Formats: sequence, structure tokens, C-alpha cells
Amino acid sequence: MSVAPATGELLAANDLSAYYGELKAVGNVSIAFRRKAVTALIGPSGCGKTTLLRCFNRLHELSFDAFVEGSALLDGEDIYASGVDPMAIRRRIGMVFQRPNPFPTLSILDNTMAYRAHGLNRAQRLERAEHALRAAALWDEVKDKLKSSPLRLSGGQQQRLCIARAVAAQPEVLLMDEPTASLDPIATAVIEELMASLAERFTIVAVTHNMQQAARVSDVSAFMLADESGTGRLIEVDDTAKLFTKPADSRTEDYITGRFG
Amino acid sequence: MTTLNGTRERRISKRDRSLGSRRLFASLGAALTLACAILAAASLLAILGYVVVQGIGAINWSFLTQLPAPVGVTGGGVGNGLLGMAIIIGIATAMAVPVGLLTGIYLALFGRGAIPEALRFLSDVLSGVPSIAIGLFAYAILVAPLKHFSGISASFAFMMLMLPLLVRTSEQAIRSVPQTVREGALALGMSNFRATMQIVIPTAMPAIITALLLAIARVTGETAPLLFTAFGSQFWETNPNNPMAVLALQVFNYAISPYPNWQAQAWGGALLLIVAVFILSLGARLMLRRAMRGLEA
Repeated sequence: MSVAPATGELLAANDLSAYYGELKAVGNVSIAFRRKAVTALIGPSGCGKTTLLRCFNRLHELSFDAFVEGSALLDGEDIYASGVDPMAIRRRIGMVFQRPNPFPTLSILDNTMAYRAHGLNRAQRLERAEHALRAAALWDEVKDKLKSSPLRLSGGQQQRLCIARAVAAQPEVLLMDEPTASLDPIATAVIEELMASLAERFTIVAVTHNMQQAARVSDVSAFMLADESGTGRLIEVDDTAKLFTKPADSRTEDYITGRFG
Repeated sequence: MTTLNGTRERRISKRDRSLGSRRLFASLGAALTLACAILAAASLLAILGYVVVQGIGAINWSFLTQLPAPVGVTGGGVGNGLLGMAIIIGIATAMAVPVGLLTGIYLALFGRGAIPEALRFLSDVLSGVPSIAIGLFAYAILVAPLKHFSGISASFAFMMLMLPLLVRTSEQAIRSVPQTVREGALALGMSNFRATMQIVIPTAMPAIITALLLAIARVTGETAPLLFTAFGSQFWETNPNNPMAVLALQVFNYAISPYPNWQAQAWGGALLLIVAVFILSLGARLMLRRAMRGLEA
């Protein structure tokens, strides 16, 4: 297997393939994500976007019979090398899921600080939580009810709480799996604005079904498409402005002009 | 034009007829199901009402707190039976909960393959074994070898009755925690163990407690396994190594006695049992409501 030269980027994939048993869901993807920018993974349903995303924090392997070939690089080091602790990787690469998934039994404050926060006293803990909740544009709405249940929040607020929870752990990369899929347009707009401000601090990779959203929030777009055997392939990566106006590949053009998918 | 109008009218009137007959069938169906529901509820209420009418007279403070009176002496109570019931069920719960819960966790988290399938099957079989057979089993391994009846042998039999319920329901409760909640915990860099203990199980806890309350309710009214395990006692017996009085057993013994005042006390005891099961079921429902709220996310 050929090894591509180190990219110098924070997060990259090198000839990465992901399997569910016999099914090769993602095939031979090589990509480097630009630092402190939003990269959108776009493509029709079933093209392996989410599976690819879940390879980067080693959540993919939690699925039954799932495994990965090739390598994914964080700061030049293969996160699939033997001896790498997935927990250590997941502390450096945070994730926001398709549906808000606050921990139902924890308060808003405890949700925000759910990652292992060693050696913080109460004041520091609160300060850290406030910082994260402010970063997620949620502080003003929850500052008076930090001890109450997250289930009382609206869907959009819950999703921002999940963003705060990921941000509080101070990761370097944020993976977002269709973070607005279950939200109404207003809540979606709030999250999209948030993504732009978060990109100042984090390298963001976001899966989206919605091409307008990709055009609005991302600096770089990566187009994926499943081949005849159902294996998701990376077709094209480029600056979003360029990919949406002058795609290099005809399949990309077909997709963004709405001819399929 | 006229023919066209004519056919349309005919078609409409035909549809009206079929609509009418459908409405008739729908209301017949509704009436039938309502009648069945009323029948079911009425029979339940009749049992409850009958037990209340027969039993309420026997219940007073001394009935709850005193030892049974000898034949021919009026008064007396089932205090020792209530105490024995609490001790035996308490020990049974203390034994069943760790085993049942841990087995449920095991099945929920590592539930694939031959061993978990075998466990599930055995658990289902165990839940179908008649309680008297489980009582006999407890007799065979705890009473016969030790040559004396004991509260602990009754606890053992109750544990066997509670286990399959606890195993399967705690497995279900943990499984019903959305996978995304678990993944959310793992994605923060939590260990599998910590994610399970601090996030998944607390989320499932109201449902698990519901299951526990139902399991306790299930054994509260059990009498058959007690016949040759706890056996019964006339004293304030608190040592589970000795034969113990249990309320359900007292109801059985009093009910088949020829003495009217004992029979009245059997009704009182039966009423107490029903009230206990009612409270447990009500508690279970309330916990379940909490569980549903927690799982909505």
C-alpha cells in the first residue's frame, strides 16, 4: 500500500476504507482537512459520509462487524496504529450527532462538563462550563437553570448543549454529523452561525445533506458518491465556492445541479 | 347529460349505502370492545369490592401488630406474617437484584452469540416454571439437607421467581436507552465502563426500578413455594434460618380452617396483600412514566 506524504494538516485520511462485515461502505478515501476551517462532506444518502466521519473518532468500530483499512491521521499520527487508545483520540476529536443526545439524567451543567474534568474546583468548573456554553451561544438561555434537566430545552437548544459539551472537552477537531437534520429553519440558522464562529478555534468536518447549507457554512466541500457496489467514494474536494460553481467532475455537477440525489 | 347525472347519482347513493354499513360495523365494533372492556374491569372491581367488604372489618391496629391468637381466642393478628414477608422478600430482593441486574447488563451489552441466547432461553423457561415447582426445588436443596424449614429457603425460592423478570426487563431497559446517548458518552472519550455506569444505566434506572417493583409484586402474593419452605410460625421470628410466618401463608391456613373468626382474618390478610400489590403496581407505573420521560430525548 502506498503511503502519501505527510500533509501537515491536522486531520487527514490516507487510503481509508470502512467496512460493515462484507460491505465496503467507504472505499480508499484520501483527504486532508484544512485547519480551522469548515469542510462539508456532501453527497446523496448512502454515500458513506457519516461512516467516513465516524472513522475519524473511531466510533465506526463500535458497529457490529465493522472495521477499517488504511489510515486516518491526527497531527501526522495514525489513529488506527496499534496501541493507540480510542479514548485519547476521542478527547482530541469531538463529535456532534444528527439528533441532539443530551444525557437525560444529568443537569445542563453536568451535561456540559460530562467529559472527565480532573482537578477543577466548583468555581473553575462553572467558569469552564460558562465558557463552553457561551461558545455554543446557549449561555444566556440557560444561565438561570443550569441545574435543571436538559430535556426541558427545545431541540435547537439541546443541540447547542451537545455542541457545548463537545467544546468543553477542548478538542482540536469537531466532527458534526448533520447537526441540523432534526431542527427547524430558525434553529438551523443559529447552528450555522455557530459553526462559522467555532471554525475560528476548531477544525470542523460537517456532514450535510443540504447543499445550500454546505454553500453557506463551509470553506471546503468534499463530494462523495456510492459506486455500483455501494461503496462510497470521494469524487472531488475543493474550495466550496469553486466546487459549487466550476466542479471538475461531471458527477459533482450532476449532483449539485439536482440531476440526482 | 341526464344519463351522466343519473349515473353519478347512482354512484353517490351506492357509496352512501356502503358508508352507512361501514358506520354500522364501526359502531358495532366499538360497542363490542367497550362491552368486553367493561366486563374485564367489572370482574376486577367485583373481586376487589368483595375482598374489601369481607376483609375491611378484620383490619385494625391489633390485626396489623399482634401475633395470631390461638383457636377459640378472639382477636390476634398477622403482625409476624407482615414482618416475615418483609424479611423474606427483602432477602430475596437483595439476592436477586445484583444477579439479575448484572445478567441484564451483560445481555444488553454483549448480547450476541450462543451463551447470551442460551441465557435468554433459560430465563424464559424459568419464568414459566410453576412457583410450586420452584418451591419444591428450594425444599430439595435447602430444606431437606438441613432438615428444617427456614425463611431463607423461601427467600431462595422467591429469588428464583424474581430473577427471570429482572434479567429480561433490565436487559430491555438498558437496550431501550438510545444508542446515540451511549455514543455521545463514548465520543467524549469516556471508557465503555464509565459510559455504561454513569450514563446508560442511570438513564435506564427508572425502567429497572419499575421492573423491580413488579417483580416484588409478583412474589408478594405467592403462597405455593412457602408451604414447604417458610412453613409458618406462631412467634415473632426474625431469624431467617428458622421457620417464619408469612402473610400469604397465614391467609391460606386461615382460609381453609373451620373457624369463622380465622376465616374473617383470612379476608383481612387477603385485603392487605391486594393493597400491597396495588401500591407496588402504582409505584411501578409512576416510575415507568418517569422512564418514558427520560427516554424521549
